[in-house]
Amino acid sequence: MTARGLRMQYGSREVLRGVDLDVGRGEIVALLGPNGAGKTTTIEILEGFRKRSSGTVTVLGTDPDHGDEAWRARLGIVLQSWRDHSAWRVRELLGHLGSFYAPYGSAARPRPCAVDDLLAVVGLADVADRRIGTLSGGQRRRLDVAVGLVGRPDLLFLDEPTTGFDPQARLEFHELVRTTVAGEDTAVLLTTHDLAEAEKLADRIVVLAGGRIVADGTATELAAQVVGDGEVRWCRGGAEHRARVSDPTAFVRELFARERRDGMRITDLTVRVPTLEESYLALVERAEQEAGTGTEMGTGTEAEAVPA
Amino acid sequence: MTRPRTAAVRAGIARGRIEFRNTMTNLGELLGWLWLPIVVLVVMFVLRGTPVPGSGFSLGTQSVAGVLAANVVFSGVLGLAVALTMDREDGTLLRAKATPNGVIGYLVGAVLAKAALVVATTLMVLVPAAFVYDGLELARPGAWPTLAWVLVLGLAATLPLGAVLGATIANTRSLGLVTMVFFALAAVSGLFYPITALPGWLQAVGQVFPLYWMGLGLRSALLPDALAAVEIGGSWRTGATVAALGLWALAGALVGPGLLRRAAARESGSAVAARRAQAAQRPAR
Repeated sequence: MTARGLRMQYGSREVLRGVDLDVGRGEIVALLGPNGAGKTTTIEILEGFRKRSSGTVTVLGTDPDHGDEAWRARLGIVLQSWRDHSAWRVRELLGHLGSFYAPYGSAARPRPCAVDDLLAVVGLADVADRRIGTLSGGQRRRLDVAVGLVGRPDLLFLDEPTTGFDPQARLEFHELVRTTVAGEDTAVLLTTHDLAEAEKLADRIVVLAGGRIVADGTATELAAQVVGDGEVRWCRGGAEHRARVSDPTAFVRELFARERRDGMRITDLTVRVPTLEESYLALVERAEQEAGTGTEMGTGTEAEAVPA
Repeated sequence: MTRPRTAAVRAGIARGRIEFRNTMTNLGELLGWLWLPIVVLVVMFVLRGTPVPGSGFSLGTQSVAGVLAANVVFSGVLGLAVALTMDREDGTLLRAKATPNGVIGYLVGAVLAKAALVVATTLMVLVPAAFVYDGLELARPGAWPTLAWVLVLGLAATLPLGAVLGATIANTRSLGLVTMVFFALAAVSGLFYPITALPGWLQAVGQVFPLYWMGLGLRSALLPDALAAVEIGGSWRTGATVAALGLWALAGALVGPGLLRRAAARESGSAVAARRAQAAQRPAR
C-alpha cells in the first residue's frame, strides 16, 4: 500500500497534514504515535471506512474509497475493541465469517483458513464451543485477530492491538502475531503508542506525530534518526565544559586528538546519550508543538558545537 | 459477480438460524418478546364473559387476533429496529462491513431471524390461547392458510419498517419513543375492541397503518364469519387488506435498502467507539 500527501480535515481542524506511508508485500510496519496523533484516522482511511480530504492512496492496487468486495476480501481488519456477537460460539462465528471469503480463494491462496487450525494457532481450541461473551479480554482479542486472519488477507490492519493488556498478555500477543503472520505472505500495518511494541513486532517503524510522519525506518535506523543529541561533559584545565552533540563518539575522538596536540589533560569525561524512548518522546513533543503553532518543521540542522 | 453474493446469502441464512437459536435459548430475551402478549391475554381472559357488542361472542376470544397482530408488528418493527441499533452500537454491523458482502449476509440473517421469531412467538401465543378461549375456529379449512398469508404479508409490511427505524434512529434510548407511538396506534387499530366504536377520524388514522390490517386479517382467519358484521363495512375486506399491507411492503422495499446502505456506509471503528463513549456517559436510571 502507498499513501502520498494524505490529508484529513474535520472542519477547521487538520488531523493529517500530508502523510506519506508505504507498506511492502509481506512487511510488518508499525504506525507509532501518541494518542490523538491521527493513527486511527489514517488506518480507517486505508481500510476504506473513512473518506480522506485529499492525497493519493492505493491499497492492494485500489483506491480504498472505491474498493469493491473482492478488494475487501483481501484485507483483514482488527479494530481497537470489538464486543459484537457475544451470544455466538467461537467456532461458529469464525466459520460463519470465513464462509464469505470462500468465493475469493484461489489455488495459490485458498480462502478461508481452516477454522480449527486457526483456532489452534491463536490458542482458542479449548474454548471453541464457548459463547464469545464468556471469553476473557485476552481470549476475545485473540479471537479478533483470528477473525482478521480467517480470510487469509494480503494485508492485515491491527489498530492498537494490545491496549489494556498486562505485560504477560502483551508478550503472548506479540508472539501470536509473529507466528500467525510468518509464512503467510501477509503484510501487517499496526498502530500503537508503545515504542517497545513497535520495536518488538515491526520490520519498520513509522512515527506519526502532529499529523505528519516524523521518522521512518527499522528500529536501528530509527534509533539513528531520532536519538537526539548526546551530552558530553568534561573538565579541562580546571574548567568544566559541556556540549550537546549529534555524534558523541566523533566529538570525543576530536577532544582527545586536541589533548594530544596541546597536552592539556581532560578529566571527568562523561557521555550521556538519550534512550530511544526519550528521543521518541522529544521528537513527538516537538512535532506536536510545531503542529499546534502551525509552523513548518525545521529542516535546517542545528549548528554543531565545537570542542572548547 | 453472482457467486460471492450467493455465498453471502447462504451465509445470511445460516446466520438467521444461529441468531434465532440464540434468541430461543435465551429465556430472558424470549420473555422480553412474550410478556406483552401474555399480559394482554390474561387481561382478556378476565373479560372473556363480556360480549362483542351486537353479538353473543366473547370479547376476550375476539381480541386473541388483536394480541397476535400486535405481537407481529411489535416484534417485527421493534425487534428488527432494536437489533439493528444494538448491532450498530456493539460493532456487529461494522464487522459485517469489514467482511466481503458481509452487509448482505447480515441483513438476510437479521430479517430471517426476526421473521422466525415472530412466527415462533405467534404460535407460542396462539396454541395455548386456542385451549383457553372458546370460539377460535382453528379447525376450519382455510383458517391456517389465511393465517399463513396474513403473517407473511404482515412481516413483509413491517420488517422493512423496522429496518428503516433501525437505520435512522441514533441510539437504543430513542426506541422508547417508537414504543409509545406503537401503543398509541394499538389503541386506534381496533385490536381489542371493534374499531367501529371509534370516531370516524380515528378510524381513518388507524386504517393508515399496517397494525389495523394485520388485526383484521388475523380476525378473518381465526373468527367466525358472522363477526365481520362489527368491522368497517361489515366485511373482512380481504382485498383491501392485501392492498394495504402490500403497499407498506412495497414502500419498505423501496426505501429500506438505500437507508440501510447509508447507515452501513457511516460505520467505522471510531464511530462505534464514539457511540459507546456516549452510551457510557448516559446517566444510569
